[in-house]
Amino acid sequence: MALADTAVLIARQPAPRQQRRGSFRAFAWQGLFLCALALFAWFIIANASDNLAARNMNFGFAFLSQRTGFDIPFHVVPWSTADSYGRALWVCLLNTLLAAAIGIVLGSLLGFLLGVMRLSANWLARSLSLAIIEIVRNTPQLLQIIFWYVVMIQALPPPRNGLALPGGMILSVRGLNMPSIEMGTAGLWPFLLLVAALCLVPVFRGLRRRHRAFGWAAPFLPALALVVVLLSVDHLDYPTLRGFNYVGGVVVPPELIALVGGLSLYMSAFVAEIVRASLQGIAKGQREAASALGLSGAQALFLVILPQALRVMIPQLTNQYLNLTKSTSLGAAIAYPELVQIYAGTVLNQTGRALETMFLVMIIFLGINLVISGFMAWYNAHVAIVER
Amino acid sequence: MAPTHVWVKRNLFPSLSSGLLTLVLAGVIIVLVKAIFNWAVTDATISGTTRAACDAGGACWTFIKVRFDLFFYGRYPSPERWRVDLALALVVGTTAATLIAPPRWQGWLALILLGVVPAVAGILLVGGLFGLAYIATNLWGGLMLNVLLTAVAGGGGFILGVFLALGRRSKYPVIRLFSMLFIELWRGVPLLTVLFMAMLLVPLFMPNGATIDNLLRAMLALTLFTAAYMAEIVRGGLQAIPRGQAEAATALGLRPWAIQSFIVMPQALRLVIPGLVNTVIDLFKDTTLVSIVGLFDLLAVITQAQKDQAWLGMAREGYAFAVVVFFLCCFGMSLFSRRLEHRLNRHLRY
Repeated sequence: MALADTAVLIARQPAPRQQRRGSFRAFAWQGLFLCALALFAWFIIANASDNLAARNMNFGFAFLSQRTGFDIPFHVVPWSTADSYGRALWVCLLNTLLAAAIGIVLGSLLGFLLGVMRLSANWLARSLSLAIIEIVRNTPQLLQIIFWYVVMIQALPPPRNGLALPGGMILSVRGLNMPSIEMGTAGLWPFLLLVAALCLVPVFRGLRRRHRAFGWAAPFLPALALVVVLLSVDHLDYPTLRGFNYVGGVVVPPELIALVGGLSLYMSAFVAEIVRASLQGIAKGQREAASALGLSGAQALFLVILPQALRVMIPQLTNQYLNLTKSTSLGAAIAYPELVQIYAGTVLNQTGRALETMFLVMIIFLGINLVISGFMAWYNAHVAIVER
Repeated sequence: MAPTHVWVKRNLFPSLSSGLLTLVLAGVIIVLVKAIFNWAVTDATISGTTRAACDAGGACWTFIKVRFDLFFYGRYPSPERWRVDLALALVVGTTAATLIAPPRWQGWLALILLGVVPAVAGILLVGGLFGLAYIATNLWGGLMLNVLLTAVAGGGGFILGVFLALGRRSKYPVIRLFSMLFIELWRGVPLLTVLFMAMLLVPLFMPNGATIDNLLRAMLALTLFTAAYMAEIVRGGLQAIPRGQAEAATALGLRPWAIQSFIVMPQALRLVIPGLVNTVIDLFKDTTLVSIVGLFDLLAVITQAQKDQAWLGMAREGYAFAVVVFFLCCFGMSLFSRRLEHRLNRHLRY
């Protein structure tokens, strides 16, 4: 008789007395727990509906289509006071995502730099990195964000004598005014951008495979893509001073600069430690083998050490990215119009719909969390060691 | 130990590029440190009691000196402040003692810390009993509030976290699912939304007319939030204990609750002490978020003190002071945590 059949026979035998009594007990305990939970839920829901009834309100999301009447000072997509609460949700969600995206990119780069510095042969670089990491990690994130904001507002000049930066950018207390790229007329530019993207596809494919399969096109295609992109640009719109403020271009408000600066600096300290630990975790022989093959220090780092260290880093980096995304809510303290500031603040106060707005904010954050962890899980599987 | 010039050559100028880096970094550091030093020490003022005393152009530490008590105790009445000192010393002292005591005493100390100390500290702070004057919680503020919130949410979060960790490993699917959902829900949303929820939704969930103190609501939110993080750490410790321990205890005839409380949990908790301390450090930093929902912690008190007409424009001094205070507290705790970890590893090496 095969082993599997024996197992099936054993499994089919009636459960002994002890186990049956155990299963009854399990049933009772779980039933009791569920009853307690249901009772608690009923208590809360009954109270909430009583309280809502006392205020002549009922639970519902119909208010989302009503007109808001308030202004959102910073928005990526068009916004006017005549727009609805639903539209406000979209606008401030984009503000949250914008701060999170810039913060994650800047924080990763800075964290990587600090982490590599921690392993440097140079004592000064090593110590400086350690000092920055310890100071940043041991002070509250909210304090850092408020500190940068207040100090920046105090230190920056009024728009009248704004600081001219290279590339037509102007820094003043109103924020960073940058020239905006105005796309060509006649609606041809989306098509041109698509052509440029198509030109670059073989380049990226070739780079990924690490061999120059695209041969003659190697120098030609990127140049072609660049020309096509330039063709689609009509002109640059430079900010100019008019009255007390600038017109033209795009403006990055000081709140966003302080928020992103604070978030990314804070995250970089944690990323640095992750990078350091995972680089140290790579066997010394790998580096020695790389230098025996004649690779330079940077080549060894980017071609040999880092691809292996990435596998160790990704789960921990995911945590940091999730933390940063959640921490964008601290923008509420410096009036950056993000999800919590607008929805749990302005909208809640204006409509009095505490349940609905808090529900929306929490669901959205849970959703963002799910998407980021899903993406990182996919990426993790992508770079994982392929074993037999 | 190599001679100095060898050390300098090896660590500061090992190659041309590294030497250049040293020079550039040294230049930047000297300029920055000099500017900060000039502001904070050379040109600073600490004498006097009014703003007029600050005319040297540097930092005005007079502001901090004058408002020092406010920053530490909020508006807690000054003749009663010894009660705060005593209560916080009791909490911090017992916690430290529990963490560094020999394993034999740790269990008893933990029971005292979680059972007796909160009651004593609570009576001391609130008053109204044993001839102590009653102090309303809206007078509490400053750093004391940060420490208090950390202690309450740390202790409460720990107890709840242990149960959640056990629940997540329970053999009953209903309890397992509930624990998992509970943990992931709190870990998935920002602390600020949890605090908003406690402030705005809890009144809605109460029976008509009933209210809960603002401070208690913040404590509740921080406790639930911390519990979710602590549960995951405790679960890590539980997973590290070999199954044989519980099996051996079963063979000796111990009941399930006895196995958990005398065999598995003590070993698991000792393993995760550094992780728990790190969570407490994060919690301490995060208590500053209560300033956004209207409690007067250190950060809020400092922000408010700058709005005083007599002391306008003291933002840099105030926040620099807060940075130093928080850094000293957190860095101290993390050094403590590292030493604990070291001791723990030494213990394991035997």
